Amino acid sequence: MKLITAVVKPHRLDEIKEALQAFGVQGLTVTEASGYGRQRGHTEVYRGAEYTVDLVPKVRIEVLVEDEDADDLVDVVVKAARTGKIGDGKVWSVPVETAVRVRTGERGPDAL
Amino acid sequence: MNGANTAFVLISAALVMLMTPGLAFFYGGMVRVKSALNMLMMSFISLGVVSLLWVLFGYSLTFGDDVGGGLLGNLDHIGFKGIDPTSLWGDKPDAIPVLAFALFQLMFAVITPALISGAVADRVKFGAWTLFITLWSTVVYFPVAHWVWQADGWLFKQEVIDFAGGTAVHINAGAAGLAVALVLGKRIGFKKDPMRPHNLPLVMLGSGLLWFGWFGFNAGSALAANGTAANMAFNTQVATGVAMLGWLAYERIRHGAFTTLGAASGAVAGLVAITPSGAAVNAWGAIVIGLVAGVVCSWAVSLKYKLGYDDSLDVVGVHLVGGLIGTLLVGVLATDGVGGMTQLGKQALGAFTVLLYSFAVSWILAKLIHVTIGFRASEDDELGGLDQAFHAETAYDFSAVGGSPRSTVPAAGQAGASAPQKPHNKKVDA
Repeated sequence: MKLITAVVKPHRLDEIKEALQAFGVQGLTVTEASGYGRQRGHTEVYRGAEYTVDLVPKVRIEVLVEDEDADDLVDVVVKAARTGKIGDGKVWSVPVETAVRVRTGERGPDAL
Repeated sequence: MNGANTAFVLISAALVMLMTPGLAFFYGGMVRVKSALNMLMMSFISLGVVSLLWVLFGYSLTFGDDVGGGLLGNLDHIGFKGIDPTSLWGDKPDAIPVLAFALFQLMFAVITPALISGAVADRVKFGAWTLFITLWSTVVYFPVAHWVWQADGWLFKQEVIDFAGGTAVHINAGAAGLAVALVLGKRIGFKKDPMRPHNLPLVMLGSGLLWFGWFGFNAGSALAANGTAANMAFNTQVATGVAMLGWLAYERIRHGAFTTLGAASGAVAGLVAITPSGAAVNAWGAIVIGLVAGVVCSWAVSLKYKLGYDDSLDVVGVHLVGGLIGTLLVGVLATDGVGGMTQLGKQALGAFTVLLYSFAVSWILAKLIHVTIGFRASEDDELGGLDQAFHAETAYDFSAVGGSPRSTVPAAGQAGASAPQKPHNKKVDA
């Protein structure tokens, strides 16, 4: 199993959810997040005092998938998240040792 | 008694009353989340404290007959002695009940100390603040208002024009704000940590309420429903609108954006500047005063970063500088034949006397409180937020977890079973 994590622009969330559903993903976890990449943040001005806001709002999406689907799913997320502008975010996958469905106790791929 | 004038002054008093909550929101939105309620309370408390002082001795010290030298009123009306609903203020046929006049003037006495609070946002003990405004009203506001507005007052006799409070309210509060900010020192993290306003819509709401209430403040100062009041109301609108444009233009050129805070601040700067001058100029004078106030005040707020004092919410840049602009420009722009160098000299005398008196006495009062009971909040309270420390509240509930009601609210029939936790500063920390 793999855990796909995407940190992306909040307004792309709906697109990504729809693309994941179309792909057949059953469930996902979404967390509000903040961060920056190479572009850093933005500047705000209050009565002439300038503040550099480097942490900008993001959402973090996590999906558990079977190994053979992982690469395709990363592509699906990247395609749905892309706007072509700076700050589109990152997507990565990591191996997962165990997953358990809390309600039934099913383990491994059955738990997805 | 003149019924039309009485109705107008009573309505104006209510309009001016709304300015203090308006100011509370104007300031409250500009501070960080953790001290938003404290900022609102520093204005609100003035509604209580000064209303009481006004009845006890404030009205008498301000508008009682002079005790000599034009410096202070006597104690004839202490506790509102001798004033009842039939007592009249002013000459017939324009006279209004003393109670209407006293209520209107009370609202000025309420908002002036509240204005100071913006300079010391985020770092004072609430109890010490309440003591400060009690003392400040007594030894600074009441005497200065007597100098400027009472027929026996020494600045009134010098023919200083201050129609609605450029000296007594704005220069007075601005100079006091600077003095107290200097005594208290800078907020922890000043010029280092971001201290962005937590809620600009509140700031806009507050400035809108101020603008609205200011019609009562300015036009009501005519104490009659007449042409002077109409001229003042009209000029209030024009100067305020133009000041907003001036501030925004300056910001666009200097910083590349038309900011919301700039629009709100520019409007307030215009309101401040037109306050002393609006009755003595025409609409074109109002445009000039508004434009100068918008641009110069916008520049002036950056002084604190250059000079290194921490006037948290720019009371000096907006009220002191705006008050000086309006008070001095009236000497140049007055259209009823009084304008000119002589009048400019009189205006400068009034403006700088009030500035120096207020600065010196406010500094002494603040220092006195600072070295006796302590004026400044503890470092922990300042960092953790004054709302929790002094009011046992938080402005907004952001948390999705924790804060179970079972842990704090006594169940029915078990009153006091588990009382709300006391704010930590209630502990003896000697």
